[in-house]
Amino acid sequence: MTTATGLALSNPPKPSRIVRWPAAGGYAAQAGSLLGCVLFWHLASTHHWHAGFITFANVPAPLEVLAAARELFESPKLWLHLRASLLRVGIGFAIAGVLGVAAGLLIGRFEWARRVLLTPLEVLRPIPAVAWIPLSILVFPSSEASMIFITFVGAVFPILLNTIHGVEGVDPRLTASARSLGAGRWRVFPEVILPAAAPAIVTGLSIGMGTCWFCLVTAEMISGQFGIGYYTWESYTLQNYASIVVGMLLIGVLGMGSSVLIRVIGQRLTPWQRGRA
Amino acid sequence: MSASDHPAAIRLRQLSIRLGLGSAAFEAVQNVSLDIEPGQFVCLLGPSGCGKSTLLGALAGHLTPASGQALLDGERVAGPHPERGLVFQHHTLFPWKTVAQNVAFGLKMKGVDAATRQRQAEEFIDLVGLTGFARHYPGQLSGGMQQRVEIARVLINHPRVLLMDEPFGALDALTRLKMQELLLEIRERIRTTVLFVTHDIDEALLLADRVLIMSPRPGRIIEDLPVDLPRPRFAAAGSARFASLKQHCLALLRYDEPATSLPRLTPLGAPPAHQLQFAI
Repeated sequence: MTTATGLALSNPPKPSRIVRWPAAGGYAAQAGSLLGCVLFWHLASTHHWHAGFITFANVPAPLEVLAAARELFESPKLWLHLRASLLRVGIGFAIAGVLGVAAGLLIGRFEWARRVLLTPLEVLRPIPAVAWIPLSILVFPSSEASMIFITFVGAVFPILLNTIHGVEGVDPRLTASARSLGAGRWRVFPEVILPAAAPAIVTGLSIGMGTCWFCLVTAEMISGQFGIGYYTWESYTLQNYASIVVGMLLIGVLGMGSSVLIRVIGQRLTPWQRGRA
Repeated sequence: MSASDHPAAIRLRQLSIRLGLGSAAFEAVQNVSLDIEPGQFVCLLGPSGCGKSTLLGALAGHLTPASGQALLDGERVAGPHPERGLVFQHHTLFPWKTVAQNVAFGLKMKGVDAATRQRQAEEFIDLVGLTGFARHYPGQLSGGMQQRVEIARVLINHPRVLLMDEPFGALDALTRLKMQELLLEIRERIRTTVLFVTHDIDEALLLADRVLIMSPRPGRIIEDLPVDLPRPRFAAAGSARFASLKQHCLALLRYDEPATSLPRLTPLGAPPAHQLQFAI
């Protein structure tokens, strides 16, 4: 499992080479690649590049986006947008974390739980978040709850699957030893299975955090007045293209930031993993 | 003072154990009956895959016999229990716990308070010669040291039976010798019945009061050999008596080699390919 810290976005083809670079050189390369992307975007959009099947003629230029971003950042609504989205993602993710890990522990450990739970979950898993919108509106009386449900749907499956994977990978000798040393059938969960599966669970939580943001626009299509996703969707209906890009980038940055946060917290909680390849 | 002062008698009656499922099922142990007196040090000697470890797994309570009984002081073995300590060939220390936390695990499961746990763990860490390593993580220790911690972790429960599955098999020769000395030293202080699985004849003769030799699969006991060499035996390894005992064991262990060598069995059952079926 490659869990290179915080390199999710700039995933290099040969991570081992990147690691050997001096830190400053590594940062320079990361900043350089980011700058290169922006430069390409600037050139393509200002020169209205047109390559037949793809055209940059109508793409807003970086400077237009910057102006739209400035407008948003100076508006008092920014805080309201951010708070609404962070709350939805936070609650949806938290519920997904608790349920995903709990179900994953059971399914990974017990054959009966696998038989009972896994089949319906496997059927539900491929359904995209957007397809859940009508049902969630029918099921949940408040639109806030249905939006939280959509972010939950986005986060729960990566968490669940990684937890199952982690539990299945636990050395059976460890649980056997714990049982021989006096641990009961349920006591092995907090003492052995949870810590042994922790690295995989952290990976799942980190991916789940990403997919949670992934579904934010979908969730905030439902209604509301505020939210980064809502802002992005509203800008689309108003044909305010520069603002769409601002919304997209904001979601990207927030999603990356919270995924990194999960990884850092995860590493703090699994100190014995430090220094392992 | 503690249960360790009452080593248990082991009794196996017509014990057979089947491993694997469906067409892959096979009899790993067949009709084994034996009696081990309390406090005896018994080595189980036999070729790889003969079912020695399977026998240990049944006594530890991780494998259910197909027929027959495993009894401890007349009481039937049902499931794992701290009075039957199990030591694997490769350590099974919890990598997220420090040495002291690993050693104290059994006490924690009993509900002993943290201060007492800490004190007793220190005692047992000293006992296995790892003073000063209490706060290390297992990953920071050498193979020999890890196995010392594993032994301390089992002994802190004062097991009435110590089941050891080739515990020194993965160590280099010198470390192994030191560990054998340590084990005998510990046994002077903590009386317990020991059933020790090995395929090393020298090791069996150095350690055991009695050596049981098993046949290739399906495992049966084909020789019950009392070892009457005076202790300590490390100097006597060159003696004529030692050599003749060794010759005797070698002759019994020299069969026609099977065309394909059998996979190693573990106290948890068949090799990894089958292992999913053995939930604990």
